[in-house]
Amino acid sequence: MSEGEHGGGSFDDRLQAARRRQGLDARSLEQSGGGGGFGSSALGIGLRVGVELVSALAVAVAIGWWLDKRLHTSPVLLSLFVLLGGAAGVLNVWRLMGPGRASSGGTTKLTGRPRGGPAGKGCDSGG
Amino acid sequence: MAAEGHAIDALGQFQLHTVGSFVGASVNFTQANLMMVLAAGVVLAVLHYGARPRAVVPGRLQALAELSYNFIYQMCTDQIGEEGKRFFPLVFALFFFILIGNLVGVWPYAFTFTSHIATTLALAALVMVLTTTVALRLHGWKFFSYFVPSGVPKVLLPLLVPIEILSYLSRLVSLSVRLFANMMAGHVMLEVFGAFIVMLAAAGVFWAPAALSFAVDVALIGFEILVAALQAYVFAVLTCIYLHDAVHLH
Repeated sequence: MSEGEHGGGSFDDRLQAARRRQGLDARSLEQSGGGGGFGSSALGIGLRVGVELVSALAVAVAIGWWLDKRLHTSPVLLSLFVLLGGAAGVLNVWRLMGPGRASSGGTTKLTGRPRGGPAGKGCDSGG
Repeated sequence: MAAEGHAIDALGQFQLHTVGSFVGASVNFTQANLMMVLAAGVVLAVLHYGARPRAVVPGRLQALAELSYNFIYQMCTDQIGEEGKRFFPLVFALFFFILIGNLVGVWPYAFTFTSHIATTLALAALVMVLTTTVALRLHGWKFFSYFVPSGVPKVLLPLLVPIEILSYLSRLVSLSVRLFANMMAGHVMLEVFGAFIVMLAAAGVFWAPAALSFAVDVALIGFEILVAALQAYVFAVLTCIYLHDAVHLH
């Protein structure tokens, strides 16, 4: 679409373009890192990854400990669930930071990366 | 209260006590409940008085109400899709309840109700129960295919399905702990540096260290406002993402 003031398109299109120019568009704000900018600081990422890792482990330990108490199988299930919980924590972090879900939106905004993930990087280096 | 007996009581600020004389005490109405009522009241008042003029060219208050409406509306439709419109009231209420709660808590003598795990866990549990219910209503038994990753050898499924289930359950903890830890850590820092000001001034050696702590506290207040807005935003966006998963599965 042309950027001109009198360019074609419906009123909505022109309004959208004007909002984008003025930096009022929520979507372009987020993509440029304005909205999620503070979240992508090193401290923010570290805290988020830590919470994701620990929360999965905490849930797993709670379930394992409770099951052990109910079934009188003292350390077996707890030790099993600690391993599963650690894996689930890594899965959480992978979902948050990994390239898999980047194209489907969602977590992209939280990680503060542009949409498209690896493909976007490829375009940048190519062009 | 912060620096009695040369010890910093950084966690005392989170203690609950009842307000409203004997009436409040008899129903256990604490200052956290008071702040919740206040936060809900602020949101309702802004919307009520903002929507009242119905001007074509909005005034400041109306613009505020309309911008906040559009902000959440856009977030819902962007993250969830067309179905997101159905969840708009929930996300709107969650975001502004947490945002106002966080922001009002920065005010001196106020209390931040989001700094209690009980509050954030209740909010996160609401989101989790709702998303699971929505997914079960929309997809029935097919919802459980959410825990079966696609394109994986069948041999690995007994290992991967429990991991997926644990990952799903851990949302409850991560959603609540993220908000709670951020708010509590910020207020502990404020309290500690506030106590430094009092203790250093009382020691009366130089004014410079006390002034330095004061400067840090001023900076922390600004940081706290940033964190207040960001954490409310993160909570709302994560609610939207979970709802997206519930509506679309994968």
